[in-house]
Amino acid sequence: MLRFLLLFSRQGKLRLQKWFTPVTEREKKKVIREMTLMVLARPPCSCNFLHWRDLKIVYKRYASLYFCCGLEDQDNELLTLEVLHRYVELLDKYFGNVCELDIIFNFEKAYFILDEFLMGGEILETSKTAVGIAMEEAETLQETMEEYMSKPTY
Amino acid sequence: MSPSVRLQEMIRVIRGARTQGEERGVIQRECAAIRAQFRQADNGTRSHNLAKLLYVHMLGYPAHFGQMECVRLIASPRYNEKRVGYLGAMMLLDEKQDASLLITNSIKNDLSHSSQYVQSLALCTLGCMGSAEMCRDLAPEIDRLLRASNSYIKKKAALCAVHIVRKVPELGELFTPASRSLLSEKNHGVLHGAVVLITELCERNPETLEQFRKAVPELVQIMKGLVMSGYSPEHNVAGISDPFLQVRILRLLRILGRNNETASDAVNDLLAQVATNTDSSKTAGSAVLYETVLTVMDIKSESGLRVLAVNILGRFLLNNDRNIRYISMTSLQKIVQTDHNAVQRHRGTIVDCLKDQDASVKRRALELSLALVSAVNIRSLMKELLLFLSSCPPELRAHTTSGIFNAAERYAPSQRWHIDTILHVLTTAGGDVRDETVPNLIQLITTATELHCYTVHKLYRALIADISVQSLVQVACWCIGEYGDLLLRGECEETEPVQVAEDDVLDALETVLQSHMSSPATRGFALTATMKLSTRITHNVDRIRSIVSIYGSCIDVELQQRAVEYNALFKKYDHMRAAVLERMPVIDKSSPGHTNGESAGGSIKEMEPTKRTQEVVLPQEPANQVCDLLDLLGGSGEPPQPSPALSTTALGPVSSTAGGDLLDLLGGLDAPLDHVTRPGKTLGPNYRLFMTFVSHSYPPQSVQLQMKAPSGDVIPAHGLGQVTQTVLLNNPNKVSLKMRVRVCYTSQDFVCQDTVQIDSFPSPAW
Repeated sequence: MLRFLLLFSRQGKLRLQKWFTPVTEREKKKVIREMTLMVLARPPCSCNFLHWRDLKIVYKRYASLYFCCGLEDQDNELLTLEVLHRYVELLDKYFGNVCELDIIFNFEKAYFILDEFLMGGEILETSKTAVGIAMEEAETLQETMEEYMSKPTY
Repeated sequence: MSPSVRLQEMIRVIRGARTQGEERGVIQRECAAIRAQFRQADNGTRSHNLAKLLYVHMLGYPAHFGQMECVRLIASPRYNEKRVGYLGAMMLLDEKQDASLLITNSIKNDLSHSSQYVQSLALCTLGCMGSAEMCRDLAPEIDRLLRASNSYIKKKAALCAVHIVRKVPELGELFTPASRSLLSEKNHGVLHGAVVLITELCERNPETLEQFRKAVPELVQIMKGLVMSGYSPEHNVAGISDPFLQVRILRLLRILGRNNETASDAVNDLLAQVATNTDSSKTAGSAVLYETVLTVMDIKSESGLRVLAVNILGRFLLNNDRNIRYISMTSLQKIVQTDHNAVQRHRGTIVDCLKDQDASVKRRALELSLALVSAVNIRSLMKELLLFLSSCPPELRAHTTSGIFNAAERYAPSQRWHIDTILHVLTTAGGDVRDETVPNLIQLITTATELHCYTVHKLYRALIADISVQSLVQVACWCIGEYGDLLLRGECEETEPVQVAEDDVLDALETVLQSHMSSPATRGFALTATMKLSTRITHNVDRIRSIVSIYGSCIDVELQQRAVEYNALFKKYDHMRAAVLERMPVIDKSSPGHTNGESAGGSIKEMEPTKRTQEVVLPQEPANQVCDLLDLLGGSGEPPQPSPALSTTALGPVSSTAGGDLLDLLGGLDAPLDHVTRPGKTLGPNYRLFMTFVSHSYPPQSVQLQMKAPSGDVIPAHGLGQVTQTVLLNNPNKVSLKMRVRVCYTSQDFVCQDTVQIDSFPSPAW
């Protein structure tokens, strides 16, 4: 299973963090700092896999964002690269040509998409279209509620 | 104005802050406003405030006061509030917080909500941060959802069940029946979830594993469907249909097939099919192939399949993509112990990867190269490793040096090579070697007695070149102290002669003593070496005396003590000086694992020089008096071949004399003593021990002896059989008999000898 998934910028600013095991705040900060240091220090054309403590770290850079996750021993690193790629595709489909600013200003949507794709460190949905459909329907439900809420209540 | 603009406005303001201090100020103001809003009654903006708080939390600021708000929002009937509330719960609450228990009831209610999106929120949160108690409470609900709901909920319930099983393994039994039926679903999401759940159940419970072995044919069917199916736009990734599901199924098959012949047999065909049909030009295909290879190597697959798998790894090694090379080396590392020869074939490529730019690839290549070292390739591989050492990244140096030393210790073809290698490593990377290197090297040098001259010359040259590497300097000082006389003699067979004057040597040692780079331990070595030279040189003993007396007042306590004692040795105990400082004996290596040709067989007893009578080899008797014994190579009744060149002989007749039975014998004889040698037959790998029989018996001179053929010429190991050889003794003078029997045998290519003295024969013997 994945232990965590982090998104951070080239300057080391965190854009998204998802932890799949219970971790204290202090430990989270430590891991984030170490991941950022390790990944940002890698030269451009190097291998996407690292070893850290007892975990395998897989990272991939998309434009100005680094996607970094920690895996357990039996997990398939090449498949995880595909997982990261799929997540980016989902974001891209939802936001239309996604860029870092979209994720900054709509971080809660990024989380919702992630929660439709991964759960408990495992892949939840393998279909490209199902996640998008679920998001749309949930949005519809939300808008209906908001519309309802913004009507004056007499 | 939609309230969520305010969130984005806040984000804009925070990002616009030019300094950390400004940012902190903005955030403090916002947090104060949010706290105030939380205390107010419901005004429709709660979810946005919580969202703002979550953003602030992501920047690293404390947000614990939002925890109760999360609980409240989760309990709200509105979907958007629930959504943000659950998100907040996953980000701010974990099982260690007390507030997390408060949401258990809400989750329970939401699990039975009419809208599947609300249900899914609850499932997601439970699967992300559910504590053990929450899991126990809600497990029956999850089981219900696993059985009777739509596929959207089923897939989430499956992964939620996975989380529950991880937290509370005993609840696994609850989910086993439902998970079995999920395998017949068509929806890939549900199928994937089911496979993950079954994997988790099987890993934790061996009985469940047994049960699910029956599902192997079903899994094979599903997998075949995926591999052979046509293009499906929904699931296709670079030509592979749903690689995520394929990889998970392969992993489950691995677990089910491990240590089980039937299950492994059932998947052999499938694995071969996947291995050949999967297109590995893109990462997705490579991922599936990689998982296939791992599965093949882990289960009891047939050897053809294993060869195919190793070949796939070999192909990966040549791939342009660094990731794939890295993966291939990781896998080869796992199988290098079991399939050593297969991996050896790719040694060239692996050694090339040592020169790769990427640090991860280098590390893997190093590990694998060290695992591939064997007696056959040690010279060439060591050259590559030493080359690598000179340019390797600093974090790998210590590992490389210790790997080189281990390999050299196990497979060194000669002592000179071994010493040369260690010296090379010390000059290249002396700062990164283990502490035991110095004593180990010294011990090695003392055992290589023929190489003392060569070693001390080489070390002297290294010392005058560079005194910064402490380990090298220490060994050099020790050697010069010990073998200084050889150094000064000037000639040496193995290296070019160089004239070294006594003053030069003392200069070198003094430089070490005085240098700031020398550690206290090194200076101790140098001082002792200087002292030892006092018995090995002739002219400059006074110089040594003065050096030693100077250090008698050194600040370093250890040096001072040594100097004072040496001084005393000069003054009061000069008569003992030569004895104290003489050459050391060979140091015993006590560490285990030191091999290089030790025999694996039993102990070899030494042959004591015995008072023995000569072996009498008498000429052969004529053919007509052949005995029926001695079928050397199986054929009985063959006439004996009188030829001294051959290692077989004949026996003379057995004539009966008085003398009765000796050792079960059939009367005396006057046959010549014969000397039976047989070549040993090598049997197959079942026998550990095989013997060539050569028996010599040494009775007193008046007695004549006839040896019959042994009943066999191989004794299996572990006492599983025996060989009997009858000996006839003619004792006409009736002397008391003593016999010494020597047995020569070959055990695993080592010739051994054993002597037995027989002093007491049964009394009717004479």
